[in-house]
Formats: sequence, C-alpha cells, structure tokens
Amino acid sequence: MNVTIVDYNSGNISSVINSFKEVAKEKVNVEVTSDLNKIKSSDKVVLPGQGSFKSCVDALNNINGLVDILHEFAVNNKKPLLGICVGLQMFADIGYEETETRGLGWISGKVSKIDNQNGKFKLPHIGWNEINITKDSKIFKDIENKSHMYFVHSYEFVPKDKSVISATTDYSSNIVCSVEKENIFGTQFHPEKSDKIGLKIINNFISL
Amino acid sequence: MLKNRIIPCLDVKNGRVVKGINFVDLQDAGDPVEQAKIYSDGGADEICFLDITASNENRDTIYDVVEKTSKKCFVPLTVGGGVRSVEDINKLLNCGADKVSINTAAVQNPEIVVESSKKFGSQCIVVAIDAKKNGDKWEIFTHGGRNNTGIDAIEFAKKMEDSGAGELLVTSMDRDGTQVGYDLELMSKISSMVNIPVIASGGVGNLDHLVDGIKLGNASAVLAASIFHYGKHSVKEAKEYLDSKGIPVRI
Repeated sequence: MNVTIVDYNSGNISSVINSFKEVAKEKVNVEVTSDLNKIKSSDKVVLPGQGSFKSCVDALNNINGLVDILHEFAVNNKKPLLGICVGLQMFADIGYEETETRGLGWISGKVSKIDNQNGKFKLPHIGWNEINITKDSKIFKDIENKSHMYFVHSYEFVPKDKSVISATTDYSSNIVCSVEKENIFGTQFHPEKSDKIGLKIINNFISL
Repeated sequence: MLKNRIIPCLDVKNGRVVKGINFVDLQDAGDPVEQAKIYSDGGADEICFLDITASNENRDTIYDVVEKTSKKCFVPLTVGGGVRSVEDINKLLNCGADKVSINTAAVQNPEIVVESSKKFGSQCIVVAIDAKKNGDKWEIFTHGGRNNTGIDAIEFAKKMEDSGAGELLVTSMDRDGTQVGYDLELMSKISSMVNIPVIASGGVGNLDHLVDGIKLGNASAVLAASIFHYGKHSVKEAKEYLDSKGIPVRI
C-alpha cells in the first residue's frame, strides 16, 4: 500500500513525514511528493498545511494540475484523504485569513478567525486540549473520548452541514477539530505531534 | 479546556547535553535524543533545546540532534540558540523542529520575525526575550544575557506580537539559575500586554514555582531546566503537583 504526503511547499512538513514513517514501518510505503501521477495512483493521500489559509491555497494552485488531481482522488474516486490543520481548513468553500480566499469546496463551509472574546482567550490556540468525539469516526477507532491532542491555530473551520463534524474542542467556544465526510477526513489538531495517541490516529488512517 | 504546558529545556553544546537528567538506566547521559525521549515519555508537553555551542564550526551539530530527536519524539520540539537568519530557521524546521526561538537576531533585526512568520507561519516562530529589571522597568539583554540594549522589554514584547511572533518565551535574567522562582511581575505584565501565549522561564527551583508562574505570572506554559536535571523531579511529578493545585494539565 502507498500513502502519499502531498509536498506542495506548504511550510514545514517534516514532523508529518516522521510520524507517518514511524507508524508505517515496513508495511506501508510512505511517499512525499507533488508528482501528479504518484498522487493519482496512491491508495491514500495526506494533505498537510501550515501557515495561512491563503498561502496554502496559493501553494496548491502553484503546482499545475494538483487541485484537479486531488479533486479526482477524493471527490470523484472517493479514496481516503486526510487533511491536517490548514489541510483540513482548505476543504471549505472560503477562508478569511489575510484576505478572502476560495478553498477546495469539498465540505461546504467557511474558515474564520476564532472569537477571542475581546482578548480573554489568547491566540493562537496553542497546546494540548481535549477532544469531544461527537460521532464514530474511523480514525478514532480505540481513541478515548476526552483524549488530549496538540493544537496550534487561530482560525477555525465552520462547516454548514454539522453532521460532518466528528469532534470538537472547547476553547473560547466549541471549535470543530475533526471532520469525516465519507472518505474525506480532517483534523484541526496535529496527530503527528500528539504523542502516542496521535500516532494511533495516524495508524487508524493508514489501516482504513 | 486548554491545558497549561510544562516544557523541559535541555542545554545542548556541540551536540551534547550539558547537565541533563542523570538516571542510572541512561546509557549515554550526554545524548540529547535519549534525554528528550525520556521527557516525552514522561509526559512533557513540549521539548526545548537551547543550543549553547559557542564556536561557529560546531554549529551544525544541532541540526543532526534535531533530526534524530524528531524521529523519536512525537511532541512539539522547539529549538533556539544562535538562530541568526531566515535560512537558519528554514534549516531547523527542515530537520524536524516544530518551532524555532529567536533571541538576539529578533532584537537586532525585527524584520526577521516579520519575514519568517510570513514564510513559515506564526505557529513556529517563538521570540525569546531575556529581560533584566532596571529601576521600575525591564530591559532587554542579548547575546546570552551579556549585552544590555536598554530596550524596554514590555514594549518589545508588544512589538514582537505585532511582528508576527506566535509565542513569547520570557526569561528573567535576574532569576535565571537562582532557583528562587520566576519574576512573576515581569511575566504577568507581559502576559497582560499581549494576546499571544507567554512561556515563563528563568529561576525555577521547586514545583511551587511552576504553580506560581501559571497562577500569578499568568503564563500559558512553564519552562524549566534544572529541576528536571539529575532526576530531582520528573515531569510526571510536576504535572501531578500542578493538578493537585487545580491547574489544568495533560495527564
């Protein structure tokens, strides 16, 4: 089996690579590439993302044909795809970081700044927070409710259809931190930095 | 609920840990990778490496350390010390650091914070502020605390937030190494001034100091080095103690 981590110059992805390689060991081949053919023929795709919504969308668009290939992979062919952090946020129709930017539009909704309630809550939301699992998600197999995950973000994904939400986390409000829509998965937190429990989520995705 | 973080810090010189944990079952007490692994297995919320390598020719040793550690530890790794340029930041991130802390370079050239946070995202840019009290204000020191710049630390903290820093690592130079506790006045002043998280550093001698840093200093995270060295306290003990004092921690 092949798992491809999409390398589209979205910032630092070494931790994502290290964690997937750690989990995959010899049983799964982990590829890090922006090669369209490799992505197309892969069994699973991981879409990381760091920096701003706009910079990540721009970076995706900078690679000719990449958005189309990802669309074909996840939306048409319904193969498993996991978005992490801004990788998840880009599923939305639109994002408001830096400037209004169109997202991939795979899961209808918007990405807006977390309401810090007039400075009462610090942003970025950095650190370990508990997740409230709201529906059975395949990537949460054997993950206990209220497990701690590592977060770093100032923007949140607000999907229109609440049934896609698989977990929320409590900060200044209930923030969507995980989604599952058929074959499309996303986590706002960083499983690659969430210790053993995070690696378990990665393992669940790889084992789908 | 967001938990307060405990961050053990390891001083690394020429690729080797200076001081550090001294456990009998440790095969190589000077190996940063092994020490970081003990911390992360013990529940450290993040690991911090401070590179104190003095000579330029040995500077590259830290990249090797970071690369090896990031393959073994799956909690966030912050690396600081001797970071001079956007290229240095890029190299550390590529080796597997999750955040880079910038100290002297941020004071000498604040543009580096603007540029690097745009390029890599604020989430990985930590500005380290070394401050010392002078009368009723605090002044910024650089070069590992040797140079007094005369810059007001509180104003500088605000400026760094505006420049794109994702977090501030605030060290009291008066307290560093004294084990008498954080400069709580400095921590709470900076914390109330900025809307980004503040990590308190410098002066921890016992577990109550960690509690004070959060409760009285209003820090989001507490960094400590020597109380974790030589097995005086484990990270687990520290967390259980904070928990017993009503501080939210990840256990």
